[in-house]
Amino acid sequence: MPTETLQDAAPKGRALQPAVSPERVDKIGAAAYRIRHHALNMGEVQGQGYVGQALGAADMLATVYGDQLRFKAEDPHWEARDRFLLSTGHYAIGHYAALAEAGIVPVEELETYGSDDSRLPMSGMSTYTPGMEISGGSLGHGLTIAVGMALGLRYQGSPARVFNFLSDGELDEGSTWEAAMGAHHHQLGNLTAMVDINALQADGKTDTVLRTEPVTEKWESFGWYTQRVDGNDVGALLAASDNAAAQAAAVGRPSVILCDTKVGRGVPLLENREKAHFMRIEEHEWQTCREQLTAGYEGKASA
Amino acid sequence: MSTTTEAPDTAAAAAAAATAAKPKLKTSAMIASFADSGQKTFNAPFGHALVKAAQENDKIVGLTADLGKYTDMHIFAQAFPERFFQMGMAEQLLFGAAAGLAETGLVPFASTYSVFAARRAYDFLCLDAAEPNLNVNIVGGLPGLTTGYGPSHQATEDMAIFRGMPNLTIVDPCDSIDIEQAVPQLAASDGPTYLRLLRGNVPTVLDEYGYTFELGKAKVLRGGNDVVFISSGLMTMRALQAAKALAAHNVDVAVVHTPTIKPFDAETVLKEINTDRLAVTLENHSVVGGLFETVASAVVTAGLGKRVVPVALPDQFLDAGALPTLHDRYGLAVDRIVAKVLAELG
Repeated sequence: MPTETLQDAAPKGRALQPAVSPERVDKIGAAAYRIRHHALNMGEVQGQGYVGQALGAADMLATVYGDQLRFKAEDPHWEARDRFLLSTGHYAIGHYAALAEAGIVPVEELETYGSDDSRLPMSGMSTYTPGMEISGGSLGHGLTIAVGMALGLRYQGSPARVFNFLSDGELDEGSTWEAAMGAHHHQLGNLTAMVDINALQADGKTDTVLRTEPVTEKWESFGWYTQRVDGNDVGALLAASDNAAAQAAAVGRPSVILCDTKVGRGVPLLENREKAHFMRIEEHEWQTCREQLTAGYEGKASA
Repeated sequence: MSTTTEAPDTAAAAAAAATAAKPKLKTSAMIASFADSGQKTFNAPFGHALVKAAQENDKIVGLTADLGKYTDMHIFAQAFPERFFQMGMAEQLLFGAAAGLAETGLVPFASTYSVFAARRAYDFLCLDAAEPNLNVNIVGGLPGLTTGYGPSHQATEDMAIFRGMPNLTIVDPCDSIDIEQAVPQLAASDGPTYLRLLRGNVPTVLDEYGYTFELGKAKVLRGGNDVVFISSGLMTMRALQAAKALAAHNVDVAVVHTPTIKPFDAETVLKEINTDRLAVTLENHSVVGGLFETVASAVVTAGLGKRVVPVALPDQFLDAGALPTLHDRYGLAVDRIVAKVLAELG
């Protein structure tokens, strides 16, 4: 059983990691751009989909897959891999794009998204897709499974880390907080939660559906190493990830990175559209979306 | 005895007076023993079986949700503290984490009361353990009517809830022999399982019948020409007792024990049912969705026009009270079984 105390493992007072280099930011920014591009293409083929969420979370996904996770693209079941658990099954469109970016799923397969017999169903499932660790979708499950995985990996002497991607809507679920307590109790220092706070859920804005704020204080009070960043700022995401990685340990504090994101990020047409859980995009608009995405990315890159 | 001379001279009043004469039984501790006095028992068979299995299989781990002592998991926790995980009173976490442990190649046994596993954590068991067909073993205490604490703790419909879950194996053991032999087989079988736990001093019954537990198999414990009992769980013990009692009435009763409810050994059971004998199912569960309906669907599917008589709990929320009182009230007691069979035979 763990012997190190929480206080020993706490990162407070520890120097932050050196500043993130511009090269790393550019590399992950480019990956995020490609993930967004894949997501728009998938959305167009399907004629619908959770494109808004994929665009909003693209920077988080690019950071994890491009900078943090240890994996072997050709061997998704490699035993020593870090685990990335997508709790929000409907974000699968973004996750598939990230898996393609990571080389785990062929890019050309993305166009099968949501089609009959595809390995890429609308809601993510572990039994369908290589690299998909769990079947998300029933919200509030991911963090409970992550607790078990982190316990199991530690018990078997694996240094692998476990990342759980969840949404602010999932903070409505009591099971998320059961798991938050469990992770702290068992001192799962190799567990990192990433919460996409887009302030939107199925029935409307989060603060009108079930108020979850103050989110930072909640996680802190549950004993987690808590950081809150602009989830569409790659540099901030990398710095927060470095901080989390620096304090990761077999026995220690679990960490959470709270990421404020914008639905539809990178495509002004969608950023400015009335926010909706399931965003409507007309047939003729997809090309406009891609052009706006590219213009924005190239404008930023050349700036 | 105070005879109430003013009361109307009815059978009901007489019965009430007779009841008043006896001291009322008290609801005992949470987990009342259903062992008869003087019966051979074995203490904590599940806990000891899990320890034994874990000595041979280093992948086995144990979890509980603040009910280690009440599910005999504490025996395992004492033997393998580093392989035991206390998850607190958080059943969704318990089973989500069990699935996560199984994802890493371990073989978790996760215990709580059946009501909490079935009613409270179903979604987690269904999607996190059963859909990916993980070797997650659910251990549910207080199955059916094994506590007098009322509907909050009486899992009278646990099998009805769980039978609809694809991939899940359901085992309803009769006694300490069944549990001892089932545990290693549950660990060895792929996919999720649900064990209806009997804990504490559990009767030892089946050793007299040359019986061995085989996952997925029903066993004929005794033959008989007039009646065939198809039973599971602790009701197999009652079925055997009722069969002996019925012999005194010159009624010859066969007993078929079917501890695996799913997948169901329809072949063995239908062979026994497809005779001229009176067929009776006996289960410690609601008449809805348990053994009776499992048998009934097998009978209908096979096209047998055969009547089957259920001995089961009624489709209602049951009373609180002392277990012997309740078993008698709801028809699980041996005397009630005997009376029902005699009435059926006319």
